[in-house]
Parts: sequence; C-alpha cells; structure tokens
Amino acid sequence: MAGELGESVVDVGGVGVVMLEGGSGRPLLMLHDELGFPGWMRWNGDLAGSRRFVIPLQPGFGRTPQVQWFESIRDVGSFYTRMVRESGLGTVDVVGFSAGAWIAAEMAASDPGLFNRMVLVAPLGIRPEEGEIFDFLAVTMRRHIAATVSNQGAEELKEIYGGGISSERFEMFEAARAETSRLAWEPFMFDPTLPHRLDGVSDVETLIIWGDEDQIVPRGCVEGYKRAIKNSRLELIHGAGHRPEIEDRERFVKVVSEFLESPSA
Amino acid sequence: MQFVYMSERPYRGLTEDQIYEHGSFFTFPNSAFDRQLASDDYNAYFDQALLAEQMGFDAVGLNEHHGNPFCMGSVLNVEASVLARLTERVKIVLIGNPIPVGRNPLRLAEELAMIDLISRGRLVTGWVRGSGPEQFFNNVNPAYNRELFEEGHDLIIKAWTRPGPWRYEGKHFHYRHVNPWALPFQKPIPPTIIPGVLSRETAAWAAARDYPYLGLGSALKPSAELWNFYADEFAARDLQAGPENFGHVVFVYVDETPERAQEIGRSLVFAGGNANFAKAQHTLPAGYNSPSAIKRLANAPQGGWLGITKDRLEEEKVDVKAVTIAEGRRKTESAYERMQKNLQIVVGTPDQVTEKLKVVLRCLRPGMLFMMSPLGNISHEDRRRSIELMGRHVLPELREESERLGLADMFQRRPGSVSLAPGQPRAAVVDLQAIEEYEASPVA
Repeated sequence: MAGELGESVVDVGGVGVVMLEGGSGRPLLMLHDELGFPGWMRWNGDLAGSRRFVIPLQPGFGRTPQVQWFESIRDVGSFYTRMVRESGLGTVDVVGFSAGAWIAAEMAASDPGLFNRMVLVAPLGIRPEEGEIFDFLAVTMRRHIAATVSNQGAEELKEIYGGGISSERFEMFEAARAETSRLAWEPFMFDPTLPHRLDGVSDVETLIIWGDEDQIVPRGCVEGYKRAIKNSRLELIHGAGHRPEIEDRERFVKVVSEFLESPSA
Repeated sequence: MQFVYMSERPYRGLTEDQIYEHGSFFTFPNSAFDRQLASDDYNAYFDQALLAEQMGFDAVGLNEHHGNPFCMGSVLNVEASVLARLTERVKIVLIGNPIPVGRNPLRLAEELAMIDLISRGRLVTGWVRGSGPEQFFNNVNPAYNRELFEEGHDLIIKAWTRPGPWRYEGKHFHYRHVNPWALPFQKPIPPTIIPGVLSRETAAWAAARDYPYLGLGSALKPSAELWNFYADEFAARDLQAGPENFGHVVFVYVDETPERAQEIGRSLVFAGGNANFAKAQHTLPAGYNSPSAIKRLANAPQGGWLGITKDRLEEEKVDVKAVTIAEGRRKTESAYERMQKNLQIVVGTPDQVTEKLKVVLRCLRPGMLFMMSPLGNISHEDRRRSIELMGRHVLPELREESERLGLADMFQRRPGSVSLAPGQPRAAVVDLQAIEEYEASPVA
C-alpha cells in the first residue's frame, strides 16, 4: 500500500520536508508519533475514500533532515505552523498521534486559526495530574515498541514490527528516538506551559482519543487536554493501548469519521 | 614512562550473585548501602593510594561513576582534593571529569584549579563524555552529550587562559561574569589526557588538540589499530605521535604464589566486571551515539560497545539484564581466561606479571601504564600486598624495560612537539610484529 503514496519535498524555510500524500478528498494533515511514520495502515485506507492524507515526515527522523535550531516540541510546532500556512491548504483538519498530537496542540496554541477540527490520539505534552508518562527512553527500542500496544498479537503491529528489525529500520527507530530525546528529554514529554497556552483556544473542535489500556500515556494526560481545550471531548476506546488505530481499527475509524464529517456545532 | 596506580574504589558489600540476579551494577537499589563499610572503605582506598606513592608509583588515577557500587567515586574531584593534600609526590590523574553531567563547566574549572594549586601542580586532568548511565543518573540529555562535552571543554580552557572578567554566551552554557579567581598552578593548563573505549571520534578529537589518548583496557590489536588511527590524524597535521601520546590501562593483581594470584585476581572480573556495568537500555541511550556510530552498530551486531549490540537493543524484555546467575558465572570465568590471554588482565607472581607487562610495553609502546586493581570484595590486606609487590619487584624492571624501549612520557616530551616534514611518512607508534608474535603464542 505504501507504494501508492505520493512523495514530494516541500521547502519550509530552507528545510526540505519530505511529504507523503495518499487518498482523495478534503485534506487531512496527519502527524506521526515519536517512532516515526509506521507506513500506510488499514485505517488510512478506510478514510482515504473521503480524505487526502498529507503526512510530513518529522525533521531528524531519518528522511527529512534534522533542523538544528529545534530545541523543543514547541519549535517543531512553530515550524509546522509555518509549513501549513505556506502550503495553501487553508484551514485544515488534523490528526496527530502521541508526540505528533502534542505537535498539533502546539500548532493550535500558536495559531488557533490553522485548524478546523483536531483529533489528538493518546497525546503526550501535558503533565498528568496522576500517574507518569512511561519513560520509553529508559528502555530498549524493542520494549518501547512493544509497550505501544496492549495486545502484542495485534495484527498490524506484527506486520510492521514483527521479527528481526532490519539494519535500515533500526537506524530509523534510533534516529526517531534520538531526536525525540533531543526535543523532550526534560521535562519528560510534556511542557508545563502548554495547558495555559491552550486555554485561549476555543474555536478548534477537538476530539481526544485514548485507549484505556495505554501503557505510555496515562489517563491524566488526556484529562489535562480535556480541561485545557474548551471545545473538546474525550472518547475512550476500551481494551486498546497506545495505538487504538490498529488495536481497534473499526471503532477508531468510526469515531474519527463521525467527528470529522459531522456538521459544525 | 609513568606508572599509574588506580582502583575503581569498588563497594565491597555485595556478592557476585546479587549483581547477576539484579542484572547489572548500575541501578542496584541503594537500600543495600552499608554506611559504615563505605566510610571505612573510602579511607582505606586513600591509604592504598598513599601506599602506591611510597612504593614508587609515579601517579594515582581516579575516575567517576554515579549511583553505582561498581565505583564509589561519585564525585572524583572530592577524592582528588583529598589526595592533593595527602600525597606529596605523585601526580593525580583524573580519567576523567564527565563534563556534560555536572552542567556547570565554570565550576569545574574552579574545582580543578584548586586541586592543581593545593597539589602544587600535580594535577593531570582528563575529560570524558560520561557513559550512558551517567546521563540517566544526572538526567542530562544524551542527544546533547557531545555538544555539551565540546562546548564545556572549550569554555573551561578559555576560562583558564583568557584573562577575565568576560561574558560568555554559548549554546548550552551562559555566564555573565567569567573571572575564576583560582587558576591552575600549571601554565597554561594542566597536562591533559583523554580516555576512551575505542571510539574513533574521541581519538580524532584528542589528536586534533595534542591530547594524549588513554585506552581503557582494550585488547592489544584493537588498541594498536586505534593508536594507528590517532597517529594518522596526527601525521595529517605534520606531527609525529609517540609514546607521549598514549596511555594504556591493564587490570593487574600480584601475589606471592601463582595459585593465590589466580584465585584472588579473579576479582578483576568480579560479577563480570565492565560487561555488567549497566543494562543495555542504560548503556546506550537514544541519541548518545552519533548517527555514524549507530550505523556501525546496526550493521555490525557483533561489534557491540561494552557488550551492547543491536540485538540486545532489540530485546523485548522490560529489563534487559546483562546476564542470569548461571550464565553470569560462566561468562565471568571465560572472560577471566580470555582477558588474561589478551593481556587485558595480568595476574601472577611478580616475575610472571613483569614478563607479561613487558610484552604490553613492547607491543603498544605507551608513555603511561595504568595498573588497575581488582573490583569486588577482596580484602584490603590483599590489595596492599599487590601494591607492595608491584612496587618492590615489578616497577623497577618495567622502568628498565621502558628506558630500553625509549618510552618517553608526556612530561618528558610534549605531545605534538615532534614535527614531520610535509609528505614525510610517519614512524610506527606500535609494534605490530610484536603483537603478531605474542598472539601466535600467548602466555598460558
């Protein structure tokens, strides 16, 4: 399936951002997680009939070059904000996963007019009132990957990460983890100012999705987002971990398409 | 030639099986810490450094590890300060200060200047990046490790050499008033040495600054290859490297009979030694190594660093233990044998040890030889006896051999002081033929 994706390089302030595109219809910006773009999954296919996915590959993750001046996820957010502004996409919908959801929230905080609707899946970025964000940089790469699902037998996980990891993928995961470490080592995967900066965002309809067996992001994080973003609601996916899009694809696709396609409130 | 006595100052209150069971030295819960034992041992290790001075060693070495029973030198400058006042003659060699983890290079510049002043110019300073666990313990971002190291180093040198006050605005460090009152006794800066575990990046960095490189206990052949690489880097600047550019660490234990030496010397690989220093996830945190080093690791799964391979980083277990108990014991036994054969570990009577260390001197031609004492729980009496036997019997013979081989140290010949005419090929820095000969018939 990944072969059907279009690929281009978009210049953003002198940085060549590798951009993937797939599907047709209104654009949907997709921001991948801290392990990098996992490939075109079945849920992408489910939505691709009505949506054109626009997927930037995060700088420093192996394909798009590292941007030296980035010091935080907020910087990535600023950079992507410029990218969307210059893209001609206009006001767009966004779906972000984990650290990618945090980037989306940063973009909304810096420019609330950027997004129409925002889907944050298991977002990092806000300090949980209870519990801790799993320290995935204190475990090996494989353990990190394993912790992203509650069901180790999840079909698509096996397809993507099963068996031995090739040298090329090993390097890409290491690059992704290294860049994530660079940007969010301390405080670990949150920015204490983010809830305050999101406080002024009222026009972006937001759906927060969280699997209630998520081992990476505790419920306290998503509750924090729900409190911070006025126009938001939380959708729990029972039995899913940090990757509800592959652990309970049907339900995930249902709630996301209902949210994205519903008439404006 | 400089002979350096060194110890890890190990915590002596844990058994090997406890380490195997836990899976590593680093992260062992500190509920097991015995304050009385540690208090006695810190003092005993100072006494042993003093004994080394009395027995004729030229220097005593110190290193630093955090939160780790492997080495109680959590803040080596504290120990160096004590030794600066207690000792009278020996140089105090720090291998070294992990610049990134203290997060305050200006304070480091002050501490080291004070140590150099108190010792009246006996400090040899060393700089390291700090291993993976040190980054975890101090919560220092591994992805900035090399940047922090290089910027911190440059700032310290500048603070020592550029008259203050001045202002500093760097990337990671900012100071509005750089004007350390205490400056090093030795001008312009104290002699410096850069330790490493076969990292070419580190060797190139040292060579570019005329700093000698110290190999931390690697086998003869890989050490020789790295030293050749260093010498090539040096030659590219039209400089000839020599023994003054190199130091080498060997783990040594000497006793009166071969049997006792072998039995007690086993503690040089106590609980697997370096191989079980830390678990895979702590040894090589994401971002700590450069992309090119990661590429080497990805494509050479057998060529791991401190026992870390791509395969181990891929393991799915929550806690990637270095070993299980049975596996640990077996690995330790075979490491003890293998490392003796490789001359990474040298154990025996004074005559046996002298012969083996002469081979090391002939093969690698170092200007400094660090003799590292056992890890683990062996008694202070055994530690002292080994130091006495080294001083009485081994050092005099090695000194003669080093003179015969012309092994000038960094104090006799300044690294970088021998020029090469442009295009002139450099002279050999190691004796590859001697290595081949030794490897063809290693000492049993």
